[in-house]
Amino acid sequence: MSDEFEDDFPGEVKRFMFVNRKAPHGTIYALESLEVVLISAAFDQDVSLAFLDDGVFQLRKGQNANVLEMKNFAPTYRALEGYDIEKLYVERESLEERGMTTDDLVVPVEVVDRARMTALMAEQEVVMSF
Amino acid sequence: MAYEVNGVTVETDEEGYIEDLSKWSKELAEIMAKEDDCELSEEHWEIINFLREYYEEFQIAPAVRVLTKQIGKRLGPEKGNSKYLYELFPYGPAKQACRYAGLPKPTGCV
Repeated sequence: MSDEFEDDFPGEVKRFMFVNRKAPHGTIYALESLEVVLISAAFDQDVSLAFLDDGVFQLRKGQNANVLEMKNFAPTYRALEGYDIEKLYVERESLEERGMTTDDLVVPVEVVDRARMTALMAEQEVVMSF
Repeated sequence: MAYEVNGVTVETDEEGYIEDLSKWSKELAEIMAKEDDCELSEEHWEIINFLREYYEEFQIAPAVRVLTKQIGKRLGPEKGNSKYLYELFPYGPAKQACRYAGLPKPTGCV
């Protein structure tokens, strides 16, 4: 669909990867990362997200953030598709170490092993780690 | 800033977005619109109601580009374009409509 906003930013498209390694609550990293990702979508870049270590908990279903007096932002990952951000990679080893499977996650993701994750990172022009 | 609606005080931030989303009411939206010399029509409500549903589902206010695309999917291309949305909400569909809808300012909206 054509839209004048989309034509305002011609130029180079870079490959950005946002790497999420921390549990969703307790620190601000996960929420900040998600905000940067949403903003980056406005610039028509090639954006992907990686979840590893405790970062896989960010995507976990059934979070109850109210007891922490935090907002549960897990549903927001489901909005990413509407922002044309469709590449979500989750590291297999991180999931398995935490006894989780893709059934525990709020969004469809691509599960990749550690070696593949390393290769994906190497392909990026910009990697931002949170 | 604050609004008085049906005996309830609704606080807003300095840009006019309400702070406690649970205090939103249709009357509040109408009061906000009146301040902008805007009479809310059925077409305005289609967008406001969509925004409230979007927020309920995803916990964010959509970026204007995403709003435009989603409105196009739901209400058809004659409504899913910037011209239509800016005619309804001349201060910017995301900013103005989100404010009336009781949502926070869209992320990435500068």
